[in-house]
Amino acid sequence: MTPTIFIPCDAAALAVGADKVAAAIANELSARGLEATIVRNGSRGLHWLEPLVEVRTGHGRIAYGPVRPADVPGLFDAGFLSGGDHPLCHGRTKEMPYLKGQTRLTFARCGVTDPLSLEDYRHYQGLKGLEKAVTMTPADIVREVTDSGLRGRGGAGFPTGIKWNTVLGAPGAQKYIVCNADEGDSGTFADRMIMEGDPFVLIEGMAIAGIATGATRGYIYTRSEYPHAVAIMRKAIEIARRAGILGPSVLGSAHAFDMEVRVGAGAYVCGEETSLLNSLEGKRGVVRAKPPLPALEGLFGCPTVVNNVMSLASVPVILDRGAAFYRDFGVGRSHGTIPIQLAGNIKHGGLYETAFGLTLGELIHDIGGGTASGRPVKAVQVGGPLGAYFPPALFDTVFDYEAFAARGGLIGHAGIVVFDDTADMLKQARFAMEFCAVESCGKCTPCRLGAVRGTEVLDKIAKGESPEANIALLEDLCNTMKLGSLCALGGFAPYPVESALTHFPDDFDKNPFLQAAE
Amino acid sequence: MGLQDSAQNITERTAEIVSRNAQLEGPLLPILHDVHHAFGCVPEAAIQPIADGLNLSRAEVHGVVSFYHDFRKSPAGRHTLKLCRAEACQSVGGDQLAEDVMRALGIDWHETTPDGRITLEPVYCLGLCSCAPAAMMDDTLHGRLDATSVKDIVAEASR
Ligand SMILES: Cc1cc2nc3c(=O)[nH]c(=O)nc-3n(C[C@H](O)[C@H](O)[C@H](O)COP(=O)(O)O)c2cc1C
Ligand code: SF4
Ligand code: FES
Repeated sequence: MTPTIFIPCDAAALAVGADKVAAAIANELSARGLEATIVRNGSRGLHWLEPLVEVRTGHGRIAYGPVRPADVPGLFDAGFLSGGDHPLCHGRTKEMPYLKGQTRLTFARCGVTDPLSLEDYRHYQGLKGLEKAVTMTPADIVREVTDSGLRGRGGAGFPTGIKWNTVLGAPGAQKYIVCNADEGDSGTFADRMIMEGDPFVLIEGMAIAGIATGATRGYIYTRSEYPHAVAIMRKAIEIARRAGILGPSVLGSAHAFDMEVRVGAGAYVCGEETSLLNSLEGKRGVVRAKPPLPALEGLFGCPTVVNNVMSLASVPVILDRGAAFYRDFGVGRSHGTIPIQLAGNIKHGGLYETAFGLTLGELIHDIGGGTASGRPVKAVQVGGPLGAYFPPALFDTVFDYEAFAARGGLIGHAGIVVFDDTADMLKQARFAMEFCAVESCGKCTPCRLGAVRGTEVLDKIAKGESPEANIALLEDLCNTMKLGSLCALGGFAPYPVESALTHFPDDFDKNPFLQAAE
Repeated sequence: MGLQDSAQNITERTAEIVSRNAQLEGPLLPILHDVHHAFGCVPEAAIQPIADGLNLSRAEVHGVVSFYHDFRKSPAGRHTLKLCRAEACQSVGGDQLAEDVMRALGIDWHETTPDGRITLEPVYCLGLCSCAPAAMMDDTLHGRLDATSVKDIVAEASR
């Protein structure tokens, strides 16, 4: 049997040299007159070990990483084609603690399969959810999703089934499924990983959403910063169309559903659902006032489901295994699993899918291994640029929507960015305001002007200019933004600022005399 | 490329791009991406044919072009370096890296080196936050950057 070598084509793996490693392996194979099949899989999510190369052997897949091109001859010498030992060897991939501890429902196939092989997809339980859905009534599908307890993974945590039910009940000759793949939050990459590593699961989820709500057209709106995801998604859609998964008769049923990928143009605010719809329509990505809800008047005024990639990609397993199966994972009102993204200054950065309920401390220290720099953790930002900074004193916070909200934070898209003790929290606060100023859609004054004022005031505080008066002014400004902004960009940008101020007051105490002496 | 394109050539090619995309729902962004790809920017001369093709006013097309950070008014240098400025990259020295690059190239954000080789653009997250700091040179991604590797990337593009 010719051995199979897996070398990820995920963007994170490419960024750290996966293509060069693939070329080195191909060279070495031909130089040694050996044969092997090379599969470019998605990433397993152990990003600190990328490029993580695996070899399929008689006793399972064996992992090696991080592999550099220079390591390749040594790997062959060590007999890695039959799983030979080597300093980079981690044994059986499945048994690696980081993977073994996870509950992979949404990411079950990511990193395992060839992303564009429908054969692989079917072999690993793909299409089972859609096969079931075509035999069900729309109302039954919606009920299943509602009963699963699935909540939107894009940030707001709104129950997915309830949203679908509104679209199902809305009159309209044309309805749409819009997948929000704009993933702009720093510290997040789960959507990208699924699009690059298991694109068919998103297609399947969207097709199920279409059947459930009576929508026949779908759009994936993603960012221009994700060219690899765009390319793989487009190929996967073409393959699905040829296989009859998409088209006038989904899996031979009476339901029609087809879809395409659209690419944004570098505007963070276009991740906000109404701004996204405007952008899809070819307009400026300005936020729309709600109501009307997109579920009733969305794309081109038609009833529209707007869901995050993770929400949609979690639907196939729910349909396949049943609502109760999914619902039993998690805590409180946070059901199921959540793909947590560990990023920034962290030793074991990557994707960790687990049931809701771990504490922040467990995630950062036990799973993430603490900082990459080896220095103490100072703060973590959870939920992207609009999320609060948490100090270690709050690391007992449980990963669950309500627990985070109770502490002035948000889970958002479940990205965690770790900072060590060299971080200057005043600088982080200033960045939050600057980012809001750069990305504001301009529709409302508190956001558009408030964020600019916010950066100015923080600059004054940094120079030690009348600190008390300026901090009072900053707090005032934050309140105005929170109360007077139309969407969460202006409305939540104060959270990182206020949390930095509350938990790290020393960083805002810039004594001008000390600075002058430096 | 870009600069040699005559206004008439731009008009014709843009009209062709417009008609190619005309059957799409919401064709304006796909058209602008195609135009940008063809000319390295959205040239002034492309606005009218787009407006004509989609039955919009020039001001409407302008409004959309100016809203999005990606659309340039004039072409970038031969290479574009997009350095991530967002939080995860900041947490592992991204700011310092950016300062080093700017000093080495003698330019600020959005600027092009005098020899026209490299344009420096900020980007707010490339989704490589677990392999930060990150950058994209033209179409190639780079992660776990440090002072040496970023210098190598710039040097390679400068050759
Ligand atoms: C400024 C801003 C940016 C957002 N960016 C995203 C995004 O990139 N992806 C996403 O799914 N939701 C994003 N959202 C949330 C969406 O507005 C919306 O709640 C979500 O797409 C609904 O899908 P869900 O219910 O599946 O989470 C953003 C919201 C705001 C205010
Ligand atoms: S808060 Fe900011 S981004 Fe949101 S609608 Fe207002 S101006 Fe636009
Ligand atoms: S923050 Fe730099 S790649 Fe995500």
